Amino acid sequence: MTDWQPGISLSRLRQRSRVLAELRSFFQQRHFLEVDVPVLATTSVTDRNIESIAASVAGVSAYLQTSPEYFMKRLLAAGSGDIFCLGKAFRNGEAGSRHNPEFTLLEWYRCGWDEHQLMDEVSDLICGLLPDTGVVKISYGDLFFAHLQVDPHQAALSSLQKLAVEASSSAWSNESRANCLDLLFSVVIEPLLADGLVLVYDYPACQAALANCYQDPQGRQVSRRFEAFLNRVELANGYSELTDAQEQASRFSADQQARKIAGKPTMDIDRRLLGALQSGLPHCSGVALGVDRLLMQIENATSIDQVMPFSWDHC
Amino acid sequence: MANYSTNEFRSGLKVMLDGDPCSILDNEFVKPGKGQAFSRVKLRNLKTARVLEKTFKSGESLEAADVMDMDMQYLYNDGDFWCFMEPDTFEQHQATENAVGDALMWLNEQDICVVTLYNGSPLSVTPPIHVELEIVETDPGLRGDTAQGGNKPAKLSTGAVVKVPLFLDQGEIVRVDTRTGEYQGRVTSK
Repeated sequence: MTDWQPGISLSRLRQRSRVLAELRSFFQQRHFLEVDVPVLATTSVTDRNIESIAASVAGVSAYLQTSPEYFMKRLLAAGSGDIFCLGKAFRNGEAGSRHNPEFTLLEWYRCGWDEHQLMDEVSDLICGLLPDTGVVKISYGDLFFAHLQVDPHQAALSSLQKLAVEASSSAWSNESRANCLDLLFSVVIEPLLADGLVLVYDYPACQAALANCYQDPQGRQVSRRFEAFLNRVELANGYSELTDAQEQASRFSADQQARKIAGKPTMDIDRRLLGALQSGLPHCSGVALGVDRLLMQIENATSIDQVMPFSWDHC
Repeated sequence: MANYSTNEFRSGLKVMLDGDPCSILDNEFVKPGKGQAFSRVKLRNLKTARVLEKTFKSGESLEAADVMDMDMQYLYNDGDFWCFMEPDTFEQHQATENAVGDALMWLNEQDICVVTLYNGSPLSVTPPIHVELEIVETDPGLRGDTAQGGNKPAKLSTGAVVKVPLFLDQGEIVRVDTRTGEYQGRVTSK
């Protein structure tokens, strides 16, 4: 019997340990507070496309957390200042060459910063670990226009559906704006991204998630959300954080509605998070970065299970 | 027939797509962090042999295709159809020229081939990886030239033309790899 063995080689296990230590030291040098928030809680996210893993604690239903975001925001509202968390997150049904249902997430928040300052910090972190990494910053709208000659913020839904059908199949002719944009980004644009670190900002308002929205210089409503891609692999997602409790509550309700329509189980809204926003979340920006994917890039690994001690297949 | 959901898609699974039977070659899970999950699937259309790439939403499903691979013995060609027999039941199946396709030039009577049945009828034929066939036409052999260097075209009993070493003669049996059409060796000599 050999299936007791780990999926990772010993040299990569040592590299993993070094990278975890370097990540910690990056934030310690910048005077962050490390916080280890719970991974098990009685509520979880309402996200339309993120599924929590359910658990049961002494008969009370609970969930493994899909990110440390809500707990970290409660700490920020309590006055923690800049914080980072290097820990585990869980997402149900996500398994593949770049996904594992349990993974290591690095998340950090900068008080008083906007998303562009935070993008620069992501770039500092990556270039520290991978010297000579090229860095490109481009807006979501410019990227779409360059590759698909369409304005993703203002184009009619029917024209996005038409592009989605062309990029895949007729099954996409009735999809939502957000789903069509995700398909086009993943299938058409992502494979064409430059080598190195590509920071994409001003995501569509329909994909704002927990980011502030604003009118861009062209007068389009966009979100202050960004994503980082390293060698065409999605690595990090960040926001200038939404601090308006009322707006947050209405986005959560819209999520629940969308989940109902899609026939997915709905999740109760995290009242404690809303309480924190009501009491006052400082103006801040935050980002979450997939550590296993970062290791895949550092190690030139083709599959996430080559850089995790035990991926789900081994558990 | 049953339906298969994207999370059951595996290499080798036979499904119906736009009315044609297809074989799944590869299924990749794709999911933007905050976005919709997809399956990027590579499929081979079993009628046309064309490879397609489709992106499905996670949870979408496709109908299973009634497709089955079976070992069968090639019997004869009656001018219109190629006749194959199941060795256990002796049941015979008529394959059209379209279904036989490129296997045509390797079909040797009595050989066991893989016949792919779709709704019970032959859809395609895969010849054995190695076949032994007689040379029916080639330039006379050059005696003594057994070591190396040079080859010549030889027409085999099935009509296939392969390159063989210069020393071989008409009437000899050669072994050929049907995947590449390459000569593998001499089976008997006169």
